[in-house]
Amino acid sequence: MKRRNFLAALGAGFLGGCSEIGKTGTFKALVEGAQDWHRGIHRALGAGRITMAPEYHRSEVSPHFRGNGTTRVGKPEYDASRDNGFADWRLAVTGLVTTPLELSMDDLRALPQRTQITRHDCVEGWSAIGEWTGPQLSSILALAGVQPAARFAVFHCADTLGNADYYESCDMDDALHPQTIIAHLLNGEALPEMNGAPLRLRLERQLGYKHAKYLTGIELVESFDHIGRGRGGYWEDRDSGYQWYAGI
Amino acid sequence: MAERGTTRKKRHALSTRLWHWVNALSFFILFMSGLNISNAHRYLYWGDWGFMPEQAWLEVPRFPGWMTIPSYYSLAAARDWHVLFAWVFSLGLLLFMIAALRNGHFRYDLVTRWRDWKPSAVWADIARHLKFDFRREGSKYNFLQKANYGLVIFILLPGMIFTGMAISPGMNAAWPWLLDVFGGRQSARSLHFIFAWLLFAFTVGHILLVLLTKPDEQIGDMITGGIDDEAA
Repeated sequence: MKRRNFLAALGAGFLGGCSEIGKTGTFKALVEGAQDWHRGIHRALGAGRITMAPEYHRSEVSPHFRGNGTTRVGKPEYDASRDNGFADWRLAVTGLVTTPLELSMDDLRALPQRTQITRHDCVEGWSAIGEWTGPQLSSILALAGVQPAARFAVFHCADTLGNADYYESCDMDDALHPQTIIAHLLNGEALPEMNGAPLRLRLERQLGYKHAKYLTGIELVESFDHIGRGRGGYWEDRDSGYQWYAGI
Repeated sequence: MAERGTTRKKRHALSTRLWHWVNALSFFILFMSGLNISNAHRYLYWGDWGFMPEQAWLEVPRFPGWMTIPSYYSLAAARDWHVLFAWVFSLGLLLFMIAALRNGHFRYDLVTRWRDWKPSAVWADIARHLKFDFRREGSKYNFLQKANYGLVIFILLPGMIFTGMAISPGMNAAWPWLLDVFGGRQSARSLHFIFAWLLFAFTVGHILLVLLTKPDEQIGDMITGGIDDEAA
């Protein structure tokens, strides 16, 4: 075989091989396992302190904030609630809690508020900086009372993408993190629809697809088995979907 | 050094050869999966943030399937490859550096002297290179090789790893100083892209020079270790 043909065959074999390897169970298991190393290492590098996402100065806020994924919910019930100023919007807190809650927008605004100017990083590669205000998820969970069996917080949403309900989830470490807030204000104004009105999760140490929009409920669970396809999120459930731990 | 004679019988130490091929494989996987990731948002910015084409300093072309892993557009699958092989790439470099410090590879083969950097000396080396005269004086590599390998091993490869880490929001929370080093997340992303293409350019030059100068012997030596003709 001529050397040139050999090199071409080598190149084609490499590409073909990668595509085949990518479909194997071993490769998928490695990728799944790597998420846990990443999450563990990111937390461990904090060396005992709570690692905090960088916060920015007001002068660094982006002139407008890009919307991605669902930018219009397009459901009559949602539109009616929006046109009514979300007066009837309720956030349900359910699952492994001592007292299930149904919180109105006024209930959420009456809780202690946190304002943070943070950078939002999309999995695609772009970033935007915005100022978010809302109660910390930890104070909502303190009201409801967390049962010891709870391992994850699942965030249910009003929007549907490609015929599946959007949802996301995180571990309790992220759920109770001081920067994890249920935002109702962006740059001091009620959230625009494209950014998740009336409520969106801010999960500042992870990528944008984890920051669930149009929040209707928070459910504490021990496993994801009974939700969607059991992988902990809308994207995670896709056949070629993003990883559950999105700190990388 | 008494041990020098025994450890340097081969032209390339086992640790160097193992790392060379592991690094070559992981570089191609990272580069090609990286081009797939680049297709997801083809604009590069400076500073902390950026999402609008008019802010971009560069609109990157869309890379065709034959240049990417996987060979079709999938941001999710490309990210799986990328973050997995980032481990192979980083740990491989770390282990190679430890081995090269211990076996004297850095000290004997890569350290340059001040007089090597004189413009006249550099120019003479370039002139010899252009004539494919790769004689070296008392060392395994000539000046241009040392300078290039040094740039790749100590600047571009670690730069690739640290700019990659600075793009990760989880790392930003753990090590916020990384963002200050590179001037913000979007700057780190731009530098990640620039370093990747500089490494690609090095790789092309490296392969061409091997192919032009006794390729069978050179590739063979990088597999078997070869014989160090200067060991005596």
